[in-house]
Amino acid sequence: MPVVRLVAFARLRELLGDRRDIVLADGASVGDLWEALVREEPRLTEFARGTRFARNNRLCSAEALVCEGDEIALLPPFGGG
Amino acid sequence: MTLAGSRDLRRYSRHLLIPEIGLAGQERLASSRALVIGAGGLGAPVLAYLAAAGVGRIGVIDDDVVDESNLQRQILFENADIGRPKAEVSAERLHALNPQIAVDALQLRFDARNARELVRLYDVVIDCSDRFTTRYCASDACSLEGKIEIFAAIFRFDGQVTRFDPTGPCYRCLFPHAPEPGSVPTCAEGGVLGVLPGIVGAWQASEALKALLQIGDPLRGRLLLVDALAARTREVRFERDPECVRCGDRPTLFEPVDAPDEDSTASIPDVAEIAPEELDAILREAVLLDVREPHEAALGLIPGAVHLPASELEARMHELDTAKRYVVACRVGVRSRWAVARLRDAGFKRLAHLQGGLLRYAALDAGFEFF
Repeated sequence: MPVVRLVAFARLRELLGDRRDIVLADGASVGDLWEALVREEPRLTEFARGTRFARNNRLCSAEALVCEGDEIALLPPFGGG
Repeated sequence: MTLAGSRDLRRYSRHLLIPEIGLAGQERLASSRALVIGAGGLGAPVLAYLAAAGVGRIGVIDDDVVDESNLQRQILFENADIGRPKAEVSAERLHALNPQIAVDALQLRFDARNARELVRLYDVVIDCSDRFTTRYCASDACSLEGKIEIFAAIFRFDGQVTRFDPTGPCYRCLFPHAPEPGSVPTCAEGGVLGVLPGIVGAWQASEALKALLQIGDPLRGRLLLVDALAARTREVRFERDPECVRCGDRPTLFEPVDAPDEDSTASIPDVAEIAPEELDAILREAVLLDVREPHEAALGLIPGAVHLPASELEARMHELDTAKRYVVACRVGVRSRWAVARLRDAGFKRLAHLQGGLLRYAALDAGFEFF
């Protein structure tokens, strides 16, 4: 049961509040982490389309598997300029 | 332009003292051309620093006018500029700051029609826009024309900065799908700390100057994240995406596109578009088909609406009556666009689509609660 550290930006950070260490099932992917977060905070749904993930500061796909101690960042695109 | 022997060289003495720049570098800047897309929060510091640094020709493209609410952060403008075109005011200020440079004031919208032609005239492009459509279009045009682009975007206390190269990665490698319209606010919608675009725009100016001077380690394949509230920065590495429609191994996109995805804003053949203001009147003889997911619908349905989540549409389409007139709606109008096209393909004839989704309808204060 890997424990991963969550980092989020902009509106996602606001919605996720102080969630930090997340326990996942063995063999879980970054996408599974996102699904788990959406179940807890349904308002994340509208960000699903644009948001990218990074595993240990490297952009990754939703299929990437997570390991104990990984840091997973949720990166929404920002709108302002 | 040659600067050697010029009495104006004194202006750049602090550059001339740096081994990485020197006279050769300064002359290089003087013969360089930079295009700044958007003269807003990011554009102000970028324009000012590039002009001060002696970039020989600067294009500034913006179709907007100065608003009082811009003055909290867009430090190129003054109170007396309210209502004046940003491109024109910017050109005035840059000329006053550095009379040695040329400024092209382009008072128009950067879009798919003019993108390639404009980008071709400059050596580096700095995207300071506040629209996703512009961002995709700028990145496409730079990739197609072989230009370096310096990108940034901001939200409240947060900034993202990176550089896109003609060989990739491009903006589409980083964000292949634009967010749902309305889900990611601009500064006008979400607010921004006034100084934040100053910090982030200064990073962009630095990367643009490095690109023109060909010095240092470029911010290529690295997304710099600035969090002013925590006073922290972080870097996320990314690569050219082999699947990218523009710079991937099998590209399919050969002209700039200012719609982020093919399904985003184009009108749907045979489907009537309904403005939120018209919805109440139309629902007297039509049924609202709400295609949001169950957890969203649980927060409030319009009375009389039929709820059928987009994810179950194909399996449960038989529950609908082809003789009825349906107005299809979701939260912001993206999933409903997909759903209405499926229904049309399945033989439904009397379809309409709610523009901007229930979010825009709720904004009319029609007595419908929406979070």
